[in-house]
This record gives sequence, structure tokens and C-alpha cells, in this order.
Amino acid sequence: MKLLVCVSKTPETTAKISFSGDNTQFNEAGVQFIMNPYDEWYALVRALELKEKAGGSVTILNVGPKANDTVIRKGLAIGADNAVRIDAEPKSSLFVAKQIAAHAKAEGYDMIFLGKETIDYNGSEVGAMVAELMDQPYISFATALEVDGNTATVTREIEGGEEVSSLDTPFVISASKGLAEQRIPNMRGIMMAKRKPLTVVEATGATDLATVASYELPPAKSAVKLIDPDNMAELVRLLHEEAKVI
Amino acid sequence: MVLVYAESPKGKFKKSAFEAVTYGHKTAQVLGTECVALTLGDAEDAGQLGKYGASKVVSVSDAALNNFDSQVHTAVIAGAAAAVGANVVIVSHSANGKSLLGRLAAKMDAGSVSAAKEVPTNDGAFKVKTNVFSGKAIATYQIDSDNKVLSLMGNAIQPEEVGGAVAVEALSVAVPASRITIKEVKTVDGTVPLPEAELVVSAGRGMKGPENWGIIEDLAETLGATTACSRPVADTGWRPHHEHVGQTGVAVRPNLYIAAGISGAIQHLAGVNSSKVIVVINKDPEAPFFKAADYGVVGDLFEVVPALNQALKDYNAAN
Repeated sequence: MKLLVCVSKTPETTAKISFSGDNTQFNEAGVQFIMNPYDEWYALVRALELKEKAGGSVTILNVGPKANDTVIRKGLAIGADNAVRIDAEPKSSLFVAKQIAAHAKAEGYDMIFLGKETIDYNGSEVGAMVAELMDQPYISFATALEVDGNTATVTREIEGGEEVSSLDTPFVISASKGLAEQRIPNMRGIMMAKRKPLTVVEATGATDLATVASYELPPAKSAVKLIDPDNMAELVRLLHEEAKVI
Repeated sequence: MVLVYAESPKGKFKKSAFEAVTYGHKTAQVLGTECVALTLGDAEDAGQLGKYGASKVVSVSDAALNNFDSQVHTAVIAGAAAAVGANVVIVSHSANGKSLLGRLAAKMDAGSVSAAKEVPTNDGAFKVKTNVFSGKAIATYQIDSDNKVLSLMGNAIQPEEVGGAVAVEALSVAVPASRITIKEVKTVDGTVPLPEAELVVSAGRGMKGPENWGIIEDLAETLGATTACSRPVADTGWRPHHEHVGQTGVAVRPNLYIAAGISGAIQHLAGVNSSKVIVVINKDPEAPFFKAADYGVVGDLFEVVPALNQALKDYNAAN
């Protein structure tokens, strides 16, 4: 099986969020970047497990500048066979999806994996876009994936429950918690990653149709109003009359 | 023209569909045009969408559309958009809507914004706001393309009745065959799913064990709330994973989020910070969650939660 895992670089979960350039840019100063957890923990690891069982290859793809190579190398250390970086600044989801689709069309993968969303922009758009551009089915928020020959059985999260379905390859799948368990790269993996091929390719021409014009921080929370634990009637009154939420 | 896809799971609209039509109506007003609502598959009483501002309702009632396949639904929605002459398409930011958004954007070569939280503005440029960095910031997106696709964050705006029911027009759009076979759908009936819940009662490690959850369930029942939990609670198997709220679990945006015995790690806050009002109950006055709370109770949850439940019952009885 020929598998592609698309990975993003995101600020780590506890990073302080601030903006520069008159609130038009995310301020990267002092921020540590990681591979998007949904891409790393679930999408990549499940792809590796399938390869280990049935043979084939796992390619990592990232759309981004050279600084992203550290994240790509981590994916190779965890076990991917090779990597491709499409050299461009990823400013909009459709731009990124077009880059991924252009690469994937030429290569012909059996499955394309992504995390269910990135933890920075939370858009959950790129997987669906890639599927549409490839004219392939899309399974979103997958929590289980088994493959037998070229037929897959998948479980995905739906509102208030889950849905089990089957389909044939090729398809695009986005990974949710439960699809796999996080793997920590070992020293051998880290050493081997340095010798694995990382190909850098030029981006194809595509325009950004939707871009961030400005950022703002949410209004500061006013200080918590403490209620006497022996006076829950007061809390109920406040929720009714002041907050008006019940 | 603005086209709103009003989801009708099992043939019935949920509140999110009325929110989407209200949003579509307001977006159409901003753009100086009209809003058309679209239903796919079974949809009982589709004409009621007119109440929320749809000037007409178009319906593709092919039974194949009762099963969700983003590829099939996208083809039909894009076909409907072309048929009614819509260049703006709005969907709900639901489990299904999320996969429609990206597909529609790709199919229509449209700029898209995921989980819009306010009505767009159009002063020289089309702009719309959404939460980013798991609610730690807000981004204003600008869409430059003629075609635009938006998904609407749940509970971001309330449905508003502005008129009466309208006629439902059958629309003939080709429905391609699905390449996905649905084998089984497991849903928990009787409770509102967490992403849609307006009231949530959540508990964490302070509960000491799964056997103590009765007081949380009782409080949730009195309120008509959905129960939730923190990550360690789900990871140790005290509660099912679908109740896990946080960065790697479900993101909720209820009107009221009550958290008992949850310290408030940043990853948990990422899942709850779109809540309108947060009540935190914790015996540790230094718990970080109090900084994100509107109301706080420093005390033993095993006493505070039953007392709150009783106070709610007393209030309900008196009013």
C-alpha cells in the first residue's frame, strides 16, 4: 500500500498566543512549534501500522518553508519512509489542498491521511478539499480503520455517536483520537531519519482566496464571582437573573 | 443569492438548521440579496424555514441523500447552488457540515471560512470572524473570490423568526452514486450531543471514582444538561471517550458550562472557552479554572453539587 500522510506545523498547546504587525501576524517569538498532534499521534501512526502489517510505503507531506524540516524529520524518525516538502508559505486552506492534490495525483496513493484539524486554525477543511480535488471519497473524524486488500472498514464520529462504513481505496481520511496511539521516536529512528529522503518541490501556482486580515484576542474575562458554598440559591438566582443562561 | 443547506437528520431539523437559515438571511441582507434554503433527503415541514428568513425552500428529496456522503452531498449542493444562482453557500459547522465546507470550497473554487461566529461585513471587502488557536484568539478572514462558502459555528447566533412559512419547490439535481456503504450507525438517544448542548455539566478527577457520578447525572437531569468529563477521567475509563471535552476531545460552546472537580489545564480550557458562562466548583481556590470562570464556588463538590441540585429544584418549584 502506498500511503500519504499530510502533516502541519503548529504552535505547541501551551504556547502564548500574541500578534505582531498591527495584529496582522501571529507572533512566533518564543513559541515552540510541534507537529500537529492529530497528524502525528493518530494519522501518521495508523498509516505506519497498516504499512507494517501489509507492506508498502508511508510518505510524509508538508506544505511550508524550510523551517518546517524539523517537524518533517520527526515524522521520519517515528517511521515514515520518505518525505516531500512543497516549498510555500501556507496562507490559506485551499492553497494548501491544491498543493497536496497536485502531488498526490502524480503519485497515485491508496490512502491520504490527515489529522481531523490543526490545533492552530481548527478549520478542518484541507482533508475535505483534497478529497474533492482528487474526486475521492472522504472519511472525516475516523476513530478506527481496518484494511483488507483494497477494502477498508472505518468508524467515524458523528453527532452523538459513530458510524461504521466500508469503501474501496483510494480515499482520503482524517484522523481523530482513538485511531492509533502516540509513538515516541527512539534514538535509532532519529539517527535513521537523517538519511531518509526529503524532497523539496516547487509549489504550483494557486491564489489565496480567503486570508486572515487581522487577529484579536478575546475580551478579557472579568474576575470570577465567588459564591458562598452554603448559598447555592444565590448561584441559581445569578444564573437566572444576571447571566440569564437557565 | 445565498444558499443555506439546512440539515435534517432522520427527517427533522435541529436548532442548528434554524440558526443557519437565520445566519443566511442576515448574510443576504448584508449583500443586498435573498436567502434560499436547501433540504436534502427527508425533511419534515421544510416550509417552516421561511420563518427564519428563507425567501423560498428548494428540496432534493432523493432517498439516497438520507445517508451522508460528503462527495454526493457536495455534488448536489453545488448543483443546487448553480440551479438557483447562488454564489454564497452556508452550512452548519456540524460533524457532516465540516466535511461539506472544504469539499464545496474546492468544487466551487471558493474562499471559505470555517466556524464563522458573526454575521459577515461587506464594507469594501467581505469579512467574517472565526475563533482560532482553539478559542484563544479571533481571526477576521477576508474572502476575495466571488464564490464563498461558510460554516456557521453552533450556538453563535440564535434563530430569529422574521416571517412565515414559504413554499417548498422540488429541485431536480443529479444525485451521483455513493462509493461508501454505511454498515452501522450508533447514536445515544435521549440526550443532546455535546457539540450542540446548551447546558453542560462536566466533572473531573475530583470525583475520585466512577461510582460517584450519580450526583453529576442528577444535576444534569435537573437542568436538562448533557454530561461531560475531563481527559484523565476518559483516559482511565471512568467515563466514555465521547464525553471528553478539551483540545483533543470535543469542543463545546454551551450557554452554561458547570465544571466540578476539574483543575482547568490549558488543554481542557481550549475545549470550553467558547462557553457563554462558566461555573467552576473546586475545593482548591488556586485551581487555574477559576481564572476562566464567571462564577466560582470554593468547596467540596460532594456537598456543593447536591446543594446546587436542590437549589435548582427549589427554584423550579417556586417559579
